Amino acid sequence: MFEPLQYEFFVRGLLAATIVGALCGLVGVYIVLRKMSYIGHGLAHAIFGGAVVSYVMGINFYIGAAIWGFLAALLINATTRHKRFIAADAAIGIITTASFALGVALISRYRTFTRSFDAALFGNILGVSDNDLYAIIGVTVLTFVAVLFLYRRLLFTTFDPEVAPYFGVNTAYIDSFFSLILAGAIVVSLQVLGATLIAASLVIPPITARLLTDNFNRMVTLSVLIGASCGFVGIYASYYLDIASGASIVLVATGAFILAMIYSSARERIATMRGLAQHSAVGSPASSRALVD
Amino acid sequence: MLHPRPHDTSESDFIVEFRDVTCGYVGTTALSGVSLKVYRGDFVGLVGPSGAGKTTLLRTILGSVDIYGGEVLVDGEPVPSSRPLAGYVPQLETIDWNFPVTVEQVVLMGHASEGWLPWHGKKVREKAYAIMERLGIAHLGKRQIRALSGGQQQRAFLGRALLSSPKLLLLDEPTSGVDIKTRDDILHLLDELNHEGVTVLMTTHEINAVAAHLPWVICVNKEIIAEGPPSEVYTPEILGRTYGAEMTVVKHEGMTLVAETPHQIGRSMRHHRKVGTQG
Repeated sequence: MFEPLQYEFFVRGLLAATIVGALCGLVGVYIVLRKMSYIGHGLAHAIFGGAVVSYVMGINFYIGAAIWGFLAALLINATTRHKRFIAADAAIGIITTASFALGVALISRYRTFTRSFDAALFGNILGVSDNDLYAIIGVTVLTFVAVLFLYRRLLFTTFDPEVAPYFGVNTAYIDSFFSLILAGAIVVSLQVLGATLIAASLVIPPITARLLTDNFNRMVTLSVLIGASCGFVGIYASYYLDIASGASIVLVATGAFILAMIYSSARERIATMRGLAQHSAVGSPASSRALVD
Repeated sequence: MLHPRPHDTSESDFIVEFRDVTCGYVGTTALSGVSLKVYRGDFVGLVGPSGAGKTTLLRTILGSVDIYGGEVLVDGEPVPSSRPLAGYVPQLETIDWNFPVTVEQVVLMGHASEGWLPWHGKKVREKAYAIMERLGIAHLGKRQIRALSGGQQQRAFLGRALLSSPKLLLLDEPTSGVDIKTRDDILHLLDELNHEGVTVLMTTHEINAVAAHLPWVICVNKEIIAEGPPSEVYTPEILGRTYGAEMTVVKHEGMTLVAETPHQIGRSMRHHRKVGTQG
């Protein structure tokens, strides 16, 4: 249990994965409830394009990728806002794959690349540097503080974006702000999880939390806790089983989701059986009909 | 019949005023040449067929419709305004009932744009519960919104609109999809609020069951066709122009009832033809 903690790279990776898990758990709640699960997947690929472009142009990865991701998210919002017949999933599909394609095109054009982009695609916990860790902590703290201050506006905008403006909520600002924190979260998660696996970390913890509660506040708390735990357990599993860190975290999260699914179904079944038992005790004709059915 | 609140008819006492307004969405015109005045304390029903612009009229007051001509004043302020000028209850069909929010959380959304802390102050919470008490849903505060009856759901969203104590309340089809008892309860609740001074403006497609009980009705179909008390507005001519269909108006013991003129389509038509050829 404590043996791998003697390696500095492991401790850094463990911290990074746990914090990224909590961050994605928080941001993911809003993504899942807005039915935009695909956006995480898309933006991660778009940001991959941004990473290549910033490398080619010699700009700092974080700055280049974050600006790129934010612009992609804004473009998606703008496309769906201005053309009502283009649904969000289609807009995401166009903008993010175009951006990814640009990244691939640049890589194939400049074959002299010395840098490997494998980490950006599949995640590499061994490669987490001190600077990466600082970026992760910085973005996470900023995101939590911002979400706290905008909590009620974000909730209303997520629940009913059409009606929220009638209650004085500036949904255009909230949407842009959310695009910014989403882009930030994905950029710092890229190193740990990889573009191909980020979507899972954004979607699985909130959906698992949703299975366990009907209360929004509790869903947020649970999702953050589940995300962090999956990151923590996933890194340990990747060390002992010698598997890729991103894949390990996603598989642990999937396990948690399956457990929650079983728990939620069992709870429903028990409630149904209790209901039937109560009714048949009274001997109502409706319940006996239901039993026969 | 719900009783009209006697209103002051002095010129300055309009809460809503449309001055020759043409409006719509992204370049398409939904309503044109609308001139309209709603007095403070009025209780008004908007009737018209689907797609006639009833919801658009409400949303114009709320400031989310593009105004191409004329102007709209709400409480003396030109629309669109930077602050909410009316309480709004959306059509229940538009709500995501699977969303993990409780009744209490929905009502408190009425205060979403005030303050920056994630939780609500004690005063706001107390006010929310006083409103929920009044609406008879305080005991359901911790329930998820799907676990409510249609009438309770309507009350939760009415509660949200009332949290900011609006002078003007706009409701989009508040009586659609609920049973007769609930419909009456909701109408009486709105009548009570109206008597406390809240101006109520609601859309409805139920001309007999709902609009006939209101003191004032506005017939809309891309423009204002007519307005007045139901007994005066419900004429075959006006309703025909509003709905584009033949309507029969029956006056019976002080009640005005609207019926569609039978068209005799389908089986009865074939039957008639058969009778005709035999005779």
